[in-house]
Amino acid sequence: PPPPPPRLRWRSSFEMVADAVYGDAKISRQDIMKWNGWGYSDSRFLFNKKGQGEFTGKRYRLSGMILPSLKDWFEATFGTSLQHKTPATPTLNVSAVPPPNLVEPFVEELKVAGVAASHDPEGRVFRSHGHCLHEIFALREGRIGRVPDLVVWPNCHNDVVKIVELACKYNVCLMPYGGGTSVSSALECPLEETRSVVSLDTSQMNRILWIDEKNLTVHVEAGIIGQDLERQLNESGYCTGHEPDSMEFSSLGGWVATRASGMKKNIYGNIEDLVVHIKMVTPRGVIEKSCQGPRMSTGPDIHHFIMGSEGTLGVVTEVTMKIRPLPEYQKYGSIVFPNFQQGVSCLREVARQRCAPASIRLMDNEQFQFGHALKPQVSSIFTSFLDGLKKFYITKFKGFEPHHLCVATLLFEGDREKVLQHEKQVYDIAAKFGGLAAGEDNGQRGYMLTFVIAYLRDLGMDYYVIGESFETSVPWDRVLDLCRNVKERIVRECKERGVQFPPFSTCRVTQTYDAGACVYFYFAFNYRGLADPLHVYERVEHEAREEILANGGSLSHHHGVGKLRKEWMREAVSTVGLGMLQSVKEYVDPNNIFGNRNLL
Amino acid sequence: PWRPPSRHAAFSGSTTSPDLRHPGLKKRDELEDMLEERRRSSDARHALRCYAPAVYKGLAPREVSALRGAVLQSDALQHVIGQVSRRELVQEEAAHLLDEMAHRLRLGTVRFFAYVLSKVFKTLFRSVRVNEEGVQRLQQAIQDHPVVLLPSHRSYMDFLMMSYILYTYDLALPVIAAGMDFMSMKVVGEMLRMSGAFFIRRSFGGDKLYWAVFSEYVKTMLRTGYAPIEFFLEGTRSRTGKSLTPKTGLLNIVMEPFFKGEVFDIHLVPVSISYDRILEESLYARELLGVPKPKETTSGLLKARQILREDYGVMHVYFGHPVSVRSLAQGRVKRSQYNLVPRHIPQRPCLAAQALVGEAAFRLVRLQEQAMVLRPWTLVATLLLQNPDGMDLPVLEEQAAWLRRLALSFGAFLDWPDCKPCREVVGAGLALHKNLARVSGGRVRLAVAETPGVGQTAEELAFDRAVGVLSCASYRNQILHVFIRPALLSVALRTANSSRKDEVYTCFNFLWTVFSNEFILCPGASVQDFEEACYLLGKCCAVQESQQDIVMSEGGHATLAFLRALLDPFLQGYQVVCQYLCKETEENLRENKFVPAARNFALQLILAGTLKCYEALSSDLQKNALAALVQLEAVTKVKVGDQVTLKVNRRAASSLEDMLGTF
Repeated sequence: PPPPPPRLRWRSSFEMVADAVYGDAKISRQDIMKWNGWGYSDSRFLFNKKGQGEFTGKRYRLSGMILPSLKDWFEATFGTSLQHKTPATPTLNVSAVPPPNLVEPFVEELKVAGVAASHDPEGRVFRSHGHCLHEIFALREGRIGRVPDLVVWPNCHNDVVKIVELACKYNVCLMPYGGGTSVSSALECPLEETRSVVSLDTSQMNRILWIDEKNLTVHVEAGIIGQDLERQLNESGYCTGHEPDSMEFSSLGGWVATRASGMKKNIYGNIEDLVVHIKMVTPRGVIEKSCQGPRMSTGPDIHHFIMGSEGTLGVVTEVTMKIRPLPEYQKYGSIVFPNFQQGVSCLREVARQRCAPASIRLMDNEQFQFGHALKPQVSSIFTSFLDGLKKFYITKFKGFEPHHLCVATLLFEGDREKVLQHEKQVYDIAAKFGGLAAGEDNGQRGYMLTFVIAYLRDLGMDYYVIGESFETSVPWDRVLDLCRNVKERIVRECKERGVQFPPFSTCRVTQTYDAGACVYFYFAFNYRGLADPLHVYERVEHEAREEILANGGSLSHHHGVGKLRKEWMREAVSTVGLGMLQSVKEYVDPNNIFGNRNLL
Repeated sequence: PWRPPSRHAAFSGSTTSPDLRHPGLKKRDELEDMLEERRRSSDARHALRCYAPAVYKGLAPREVSALRGAVLQSDALQHVIGQVSRRELVQEEAAHLLDEMAHRLRLGTVRFFAYVLSKVFKTLFRSVRVNEEGVQRLQQAIQDHPVVLLPSHRSYMDFLMMSYILYTYDLALPVIAAGMDFMSMKVVGEMLRMSGAFFIRRSFGGDKLYWAVFSEYVKTMLRTGYAPIEFFLEGTRSRTGKSLTPKTGLLNIVMEPFFKGEVFDIHLVPVSISYDRILEESLYARELLGVPKPKETTSGLLKARQILREDYGVMHVYFGHPVSVRSLAQGRVKRSQYNLVPRHIPQRPCLAAQALVGEAAFRLVRLQEQAMVLRPWTLVATLLLQNPDGMDLPVLEEQAAWLRRLALSFGAFLDWPDCKPCREVVGAGLALHKNLARVSGGRVRLAVAETPGVGQTAEELAFDRAVGVLSCASYRNQILHVFIRPALLSVALRTANSSRKDEVYTCFNFLWTVFSNEFILCPGASVQDFEEACYLLGKCCAVQESQQDIVMSEGGHATLAFLRALLDPFLQGYQVVCQYLCKETEENLRENKFVPAARNFALQLILAGTLKCYEALSSDLQKNALAALVQLEAVTKVKVGDQVTLKVNRRAASSLEDMLGTF
């Protein structure tokens, strides 16, 4: 085997355990990650023997902390009892994994070409799913569906070229795999696929190839994971500023393939604003632009065929991205509003004045209460006294109704001077809408929750609670109506489908734009007493999406379409639009080598 | 289970209406007398008691003045103002229009009304019976969704009574769309305004600004859950006792916020109000005969005090199941059609939405009809009209008992006391309506003069008789909706060339089309109506159905004859209108001349003794007949300048007359 190429300064925690062993040995990223849940194996929520909520591990600020109000919130919100458990199957039953359907000459030629590959069942199962509810639910029950027959680990662009050539030669189905954080069924192997399915894992293509300080760009292999990219750039004093909520696990190639959006897009932009150059390997050959000009008028931007193609056209191998010097100063903040409507009006005004901080998010009342349930035990009487005082001030003195108030969390970045100025501007606007500054702490906790909230679903699933999040984007004037109608539709549909207890149905506005906002919904319910909870869940999500579309919301803001939302594509982009996309697919990949059947 | 803390209040509300999905389902609530309490305790205390109704859960608290500002500054209104030139002037005009229109609800006035109306209602009515379950459903609905109250309209009493009931049961008071005519009553108009009425002009077809102010006013109140909106689908008081063809203008307006996603749902609540005796009884008959409606004036109201001395029996108010607009629109209207244009810009609703609103209007009126409490007198009046020479009392009683069974088997909501003998029930009705029917020497007949009085011309006598007949007919008309479909079938059965179902249906459908303006027949539902008629006649053993045929059964004669006789006045009346149009020589008949001329034509026939049917004199019937003729293209309306003239296709009109003659 060829020696690994020299690395740039940093090896992430991820890389250290993800070193490929060439030949048929397994590549063990799954050793530190759950095989049937979210994130790191050592980090999970649980209720300890005293019934207190607890978050294990050492990785997060919340790790190792006791969460005293979690149990009460959990039981009251879902009508569950800790007596009724639904534990997951502890280990993967390897014998349940279908034997691989291998094309021997293909595997042989891969070996000759020096590309790592494995048909180890655990690795195949690990790459057979994203994080949709039904995918995780099935794994927890030990149900294994169609999984890839082989996993290959290209080490660089040229490896990918070889793999794609061989796949074309032997008519093998390729499915690119980056971070595995899809929530659109994009990684599910199509049931109708009879060819050998090969999962192309980009995780070994994770090097920063060069940094161009004159033009402030970085050239990166597309398999790099978000947190590694940021960490490595930070060492050189730079960042991309692209921070999707999944950045601990999602990959650059995945961002490009799904048109990802980052929390701090107000300063740095979304992926389409950050990308300068893309190299993608397709069955027709390699597609890329001839220069790195910052903007071009050369017909429709070919990058826009690539971004959002969801692995249907090829594998993104290398990307040139913009970088920025690390900001000098960061400050969190939060604002309490008397109600959601006032909060939305404030965000709208902030967007109108184009003074949005790096991030501004507005949680509704249910989510605010949820956030409270995740407050760790306070260490001193003084802190709890202060908390009490704050609560008194807001509810009694300012007359905020505890069941209506809602909170916006803020993150400012930049020069210290400018940040403080900016902060004042935003708080002044907020004051016009009845908003009260509620401290840095609340803000910071809000963003920290972003990363741990995905772990919480696994806790729910231990106690008969299933749920999911989904998102949309919508013009400003429809934000309130859409939020109200979708939340109510969820509640109504749950009731009609026999859900025994009102669901948790909540939303937040997570991004602001000139012409609208991105809205994120959380939806979960207690499924005790339901014969087919997954079906109920899927129907309700379906109806919720119908409601979104009826209220002027988009099919997706950043999660993508995958296979989950395919049925609405024609409606979303018109028949001609769909035809355009199809004809591109037909030209680029006439034999459907990239056969994950997403999007179209 | 769904234990509902505040945020889950939605779960206890019922959202679908069984009546709508299963028109045959006739399970109805019990009715309670709400005046009983008023007779036992102090009216003053009632008027002054603590009034704290449950409100819409999403209510954004808003003062009346804030409402005004919200309407005037709304994007929708500003958009229309921007389209008309001279913005400042128009803004002022809009404010003026809104002030002319808007209600100014004051609790003090409401309390005053609560006091006065307690006294008035106790004097007028023996009891006012309300289905309290319906009130409870309404209370829940008001909290869950914006609510639109849709009462039937037979009397001025209707909306006073509605607000009075809602106040009494501690429900949110509605804002009520009222005709401008009331505003001219000086003090009373203002008082009505302060008890929640808002006033709209009768016609404002082309006035964009007026329309914008009006629709935005209504929609703002609806969207914010400010108060339930109340209006009359029929548009005006029915003078005939039949439900009127619904107007869809306001219904369109109140459904739009749902189509545009501005509210999650809207609940439409049909309310059926029925009277033993209608206060305006003989006024209506006179109006139908061309005596102009007395203008609403305060002094006129004071003069009307004499009506307080009479007995108006029992009044019934039935609050129907809320009908969810969301369920109505499910799978029919694509709400995303509004995605591409800002919602404040007026958009003509798509065809599907228009069709839905039209259909909903008819269904709601049918729901009103079906929940209308019918009193035994309506049956007696029906029989008396069919026997103009009078009936022996025992025969009348016997036939009334028979008709009662028939009506019940057709699903009528008949309030006929089970425990009392038929004689008493019929007697009570006759006693209450002694001005309409006279008992002498064991014989009952309509109370109409036989010979002209002193100095009375033959015309005046005919007029008097017509008043009697039309007054009586207004009670018969209340029960027509129960019989109309089987009656159409009965007539079709006799006329059809064979007993083959398709031929019978052809006849049925012809009649159905001709009378589609006369009765509430939902557009496009003639097949369902035919099936319903077959089912009902089969159920009462009047006909026998086979795969192909439908024939009268042995014992069906009496039933079919009765049902045919029910339609007879209408068949005759329509024929007279056709005759008139054929004989009319004037080429350009002005539309507003049509009714007087047709009436005169009918009157001459009556005076000549060739026509016995006094109902042919009714302007309502004449207008409906004209509408049918226009629909069948026997008459075309031509607009010349301000004038609408009628162009008659004589051949078509005369062939229609012949057709009607065969029935």
